[in-house]
Amino acid sequence: MFELFAFGDTGWGDEILRGLAVTVQLAIVTLPLGLALGFVVASASMSKLRALRFMGVGYTTVMRGLPEILTLFVVYNGVGLLLNIVMQKLNPEAPPSDFSPFAAGVIALGMVVGAFAAEVLRGAFQSLDRGQIEAGRAVGMTEGQIFRRIKLPQVWRFALPGLGNLWINMLKDTALVSVIALDDLMRMTKVAVGVTKKPFTFYLAACLLYWAMCVFSEVVLARMERHASRGVRRAS
Amino acid sequence: MTQAEIILQAEDIHKSFGSFEVLKGISLEARNHDVISILGSSGSGKSTLLRCLNFLEIPTSGKVSVHGQQIQVKNGKPGNPRQIEGLRTRLGMVFQQFNLWTHRTALENVMEGPIQVKRESRSEARDKAEALLARVGLADRMHMYPTQLSGGQQQRVAIARALAMEPDAILFDEPTSALDPELVGEVLKVMQDLAAEGRTMIVVTHEMGFAREVSSEVIFLHQGRIAEQGPPDEIFTHPRNEVFERFIANTR
Repeated sequence: MFELFAFGDTGWGDEILRGLAVTVQLAIVTLPLGLALGFVVASASMSKLRALRFMGVGYTTVMRGLPEILTLFVVYNGVGLLLNIVMQKLNPEAPPSDFSPFAAGVIALGMVVGAFAAEVLRGAFQSLDRGQIEAGRAVGMTEGQIFRRIKLPQVWRFALPGLGNLWINMLKDTALVSVIALDDLMRMTKVAVGVTKKPFTFYLAACLLYWAMCVFSEVVLARMERHASRGVRRAS
Repeated sequence: MTQAEIILQAEDIHKSFGSFEVLKGISLEARNHDVISILGSSGSGKSTLLRCLNFLEIPTSGKVSVHGQQIQVKNGKPGNPRQIEGLRTRLGMVFQQFNLWTHRTALENVMEGPIQVKRESRSEARDKAEALLARVGLADRMHMYPTQLSGGQQQRVAIARALAMEPDAILFDEPTSALDPELVGEVLKVMQDLAAEGRTMIVVTHEMGFAREVSSEVIFLHQGRIAEQGPPDEIFTHPRNEVFERFIANTR
């Protein structure tokens, strides 16, 4: 059975590992993008300006209401089409180019993570204790200093469990990208199954790999939570 | 005897929340080494007044000046934030709920203002913070987080945090009201020491003993106005205002 996972031409080991690398890359590139978007959308939803609030809340409502795979198709096909139209306008001689599935995956997943992260962050900002902020004002800190030195560390503490959940969800959602022909772990597994006709073996291997990533993430997240909650009494 | 220098002056402070006027034109003056106790039943506006002095609450109108640097408010608009931040660095504040930053140790709480706002070096701020914490009797608790400290200890850290900014005056907003009775004494003791060394303090309090024995002046607020004002030995023995007379009778 192990020769099935051999490296080189005889087995699928290297293909699956390459798929795993793509999955990890996709998730790692998406995370900061989604978080940044989450911050922007959360601040819009909490803005004093009605129009901004409307846009922020509208964005989360729409994105949370769409199946991820549909978002992915819309981004892949829609943005690809748009890009081609723009390219044609700029340079009519250019051959139609393909929108990279990796970029489509990053954008689509980033948009989804952004919407959910916005809600997690909004909740965290609203759990901030007013007194903590007033204490900053009372020593003469600027609003910028208060944001960096008081709000952010405390929001981070409140948001970390929710964001950790999002990360693990997103890690698994990367599998959707296999349907737009990105050679991630899921797709390489399917290809291997198609060729060898051994679904049980390869799907089990994929399961173990996804699961290993999640366990690893959970360990790291637990450490981060411990650090973020320093000084805070644990509820017992 | 020459009059001591005026540290803080508030003129005609008005504050409304919606249509409800909490402060109806209050003026007060704190000279160097003054300890002013502000008394009043709940809802009299005493905390609001204190919070207006450092603009945690923006007065609807009025003028506050600290060491001659003044901020005038009209129609609830205080002008530029830099000025307010500047004024706040000259006025320390101690809160009822302590409001220590929960993600920082006692030492870090005390060092934060000097480093961030006054741009002091880390080592300088650290030396000063250690000395201040030792002074309030917490030399052995410096590296603890606020949740690991008792209320009285937290409030003493908060006092050290205010002192670290080397303020011209310190505002206390009911500093002992959230404490268990047996912890009140240790905080009052620190405040008494500060008064003895000539710190200028404005204290909103329910501690009649402190008002009577430590303060140089007492202000009694009633329904948003100053109803009684004067040195404690004078007004406690010969109250002129009926409401104040009843107030002290009830708290005896």
